[in-house]
Amino acid sequence: MLTEVLERSRGLVEDTTYRRALDWKKAGGKVVGCFPVYTPVELIHAGGMLPLGVVGGGTSVELAHADSRFQSFVCSIAKSTLELGFQGRLGLLDAILFSSICDVARNLSSVFKRNFPGVHVDYLHYPQNMSSAGVIDYMESELRRVRDNLQRVCGVEISDDRLSASILVWNRWRALIADLYALRRDEPQKISTVELYLLFRAGTLMPVEEHIPLLEASLAEFRSRTAKPRDCIRVVVEAAFCEQPPIGLIEVLEEAGCYIVDDDLLRGWRFFDTPVGEEGPPLRSLAAAYVDGSTYSSVRHDWRKKRWEGLIDRVRLSRADAVIFMPAKFCEPALFDYVLYREALEKASIPHLMVEFEEKMWTFERTRNEVETFVESMLFD
Amino acid sequence: MAAERQYQGVVHERSREIMSAWYDDLARAAKTGEPSACLMISGNCVEILRAFDIHPIFPEVNALQMAIRKQALPMILKAEQMGYSGDNCAYVKADVGFLMSGGVGPTGTIPSPSIVVCNYVGCNVYVKWFEHIAHFCKAPLFMLDIPFLREKAPSKDDITYVMKQLQELIALCEQVTGKKFDIDKLREICRYAARAEDGWARAKDLCKAKPAPFDAYFDSINMMGPINVLRGTKAAADFFDAAVAEYEEQVALGAGPLPEERFRIITEGPPPYPYYRNFRNLFAKWGAVSVASTYSTVGGLWEYGFRHDPERPLESIAEQMIVHNLTNRSILDRYQQIKDYVERWEADALVIHSIKSCRLFSAGQGDMREYFTKELGVPTLLVESDLEDPRYYSEAQMKNRIDAFFEALEHRKLVNA
Repeated sequence: MLTEVLERSRGLVEDTTYRRALDWKKAGGKVVGCFPVYTPVELIHAGGMLPLGVVGGGTSVELAHADSRFQSFVCSIAKSTLELGFQGRLGLLDAILFSSICDVARNLSSVFKRNFPGVHVDYLHYPQNMSSAGVIDYMESELRRVRDNLQRVCGVEISDDRLSASILVWNRWRALIADLYALRRDEPQKISTVELYLLFRAGTLMPVEEHIPLLEASLAEFRSRTAKPRDCIRVVVEAAFCEQPPIGLIEVLEEAGCYIVDDDLLRGWRFFDTPVGEEGPPLRSLAAAYVDGSTYSSVRHDWRKKRWEGLIDRVRLSRADAVIFMPAKFCEPALFDYVLYREALEKASIPHLMVEFEEKMWTFERTRNEVETFVESMLFD
Repeated sequence: MAAERQYQGVVHERSREIMSAWYDDLARAAKTGEPSACLMISGNCVEILRAFDIHPIFPEVNALQMAIRKQALPMILKAEQMGYSGDNCAYVKADVGFLMSGGVGPTGTIPSPSIVVCNYVGCNVYVKWFEHIAHFCKAPLFMLDIPFLREKAPSKDDITYVMKQLQELIALCEQVTGKKFDIDKLREICRYAARAEDGWARAKDLCKAKPAPFDAYFDSINMMGPINVLRGTKAAADFFDAAVAEYEEQVALGAGPLPEERFRIITEGPPPYPYYRNFRNLFAKWGAVSVASTYSTVGGLWEYGFRHDPERPLESIAEQMIVHNLTNRSILDRYQQIKDYVERWEADALVIHSIKSCRLFSAGQGDMREYFTKELGVPTLLVESDLEDPRYYSEAQMKNRIDAFFEALEHRKLVNA
């Protein structure tokens, strides 16, 4: 069963025509695109709509139109997402949500709006002043604005009751993802990162109710696997939270001798350290989760606890030996953070390696070499 | 063809004088330890700092001063050695390199800030930049989070959130300075601010004249210091009175910045500070004058009527930060701003200077070109370099593109005539 689930997941992840979402659409459902990083998927789900991860074109989309709109120094995900639009592959979207992660994403939301007037484009401004006494009120108001827009434009009802029910569903889903992560952390020989990633990402491309049973069954199978630990170093992968690396690159890291014991791939889909509150007014719970329950992130300012302290904690909690810093080419939030992460890692004597990627890269030999050398230097030190 | 322009006028001199006085204040503060605060240019709240006599430091101005004096590259390289990427904003890198070199620059010593006030007004790089400054200077950081203008108008809750934070900032300023907040002092500051804004708006409006009395891109820099850095002082208000008088006189005389105004252009995007004069001359040669520019409105859109209000000082500061500046508005709002300039300032063409450092400005400018050429039929030139990093400026390539564009424009004029 596991092989079949993983194959189906790979099929969904590599398919930029969004097959499963198209079926949903054909059956009369509505689809709302979620551009990275974090999206309050509960709002979409509570309206009976499908939240769909729209995370660029991966390895398969050739740019024919989008590179005349965005310059050469702009990250690939912005261009390939726009290209998906030009190629008609996002025609299934009723709406798409962008947020205040970086200047490129913001301008992309505008360019998207102008070129595809049939799609409702909303841009969420997430708060950055977590210390202000007004911050949760603000965040709640922002979520209400987005909800009201979705209700109006998509003609759906997103009541508090339905929203509360959705919070329960997504908490369950995120708990299962967290279980997968915990299993890989504790027994990395039983589940590879490629397997975990495919399974996880498939959940951003299909209805959550369909995905939960797959996760439950897969978890049981992964746990019952017998495999001997390999001679690997344990690493945390940091900075791949928006544009996604090609699966081939993750494979290379694993083949080169890394057990990835924690990572921030698609981090926005598992943005919270604790479950969203299940009691009380649901918009308030979601707002409070963002302000007080989020993980550290390059796209969220929170001076109460510095981001690099979060990274050091993550290394400790996952008992990692090293950090592989893996930003997408031209990703400013990640590249800026590298400076302070590096300083903190060096202070804590944690080895690190920088591996820059682009979603459509297809040769990995240089990276393989670098990672192998890095791993060897640690194994035989 | 027109020769290189010589005239710089009183405005340029007066601007230099009052800006130098500010640098001297900063150098003094560095010695005496008087409180100072880092602040960003875009949609700023300098009025509040001023109400506490906190010296405002503008890292962006440090960066541009180094670039224009061709001193930026060593600072950029220093930052890149620390781990900053070749793809990071070079304004930040130059400023960090400067900080790490002891903070003594072409304008004198810049004090280490007592507080770092990040007015997050659209630009996401601001957040990182000020995190880094606060970290390296070990100074308290206040993140003044301004909700982006993502609907036609800000919501009541957006305004409440900003007002709340302004009050929290005031409490921090009280703590740092030991002074009690004096709203009447803030009103007085807002009165001066509004007077400067009146002058700014009037000056910009005068560029509707043919010829325009000054270049609203290259010469606006003389007014951008006073309006964004010194706003709220008597010196800035007086400066604008003098500037308007000079420009009005220019209009009356039918004089412009060049011997002949042959093309009226709108310029979008920040200038290449490391090659400011070279770049300017490439346009001057064709008699091309910018009659309006978007870059000059990063701090505020006063030409569209907004003024700080002494009767509602904090509310008006909040409104300026959220609504009335370029950076907190979408790029589509910018398309409309430019379209308005083209129509009401009667321009012949749009020039987009696309810079790698500032993706807030540049990401999507290809789409902007598409909109102006295909949908509006406005001749549009897009050229690329950088506002800080001299390595991205290629004079020959720039010249070829600009010459080709104006040749075509000239041809078009002839045919249309």
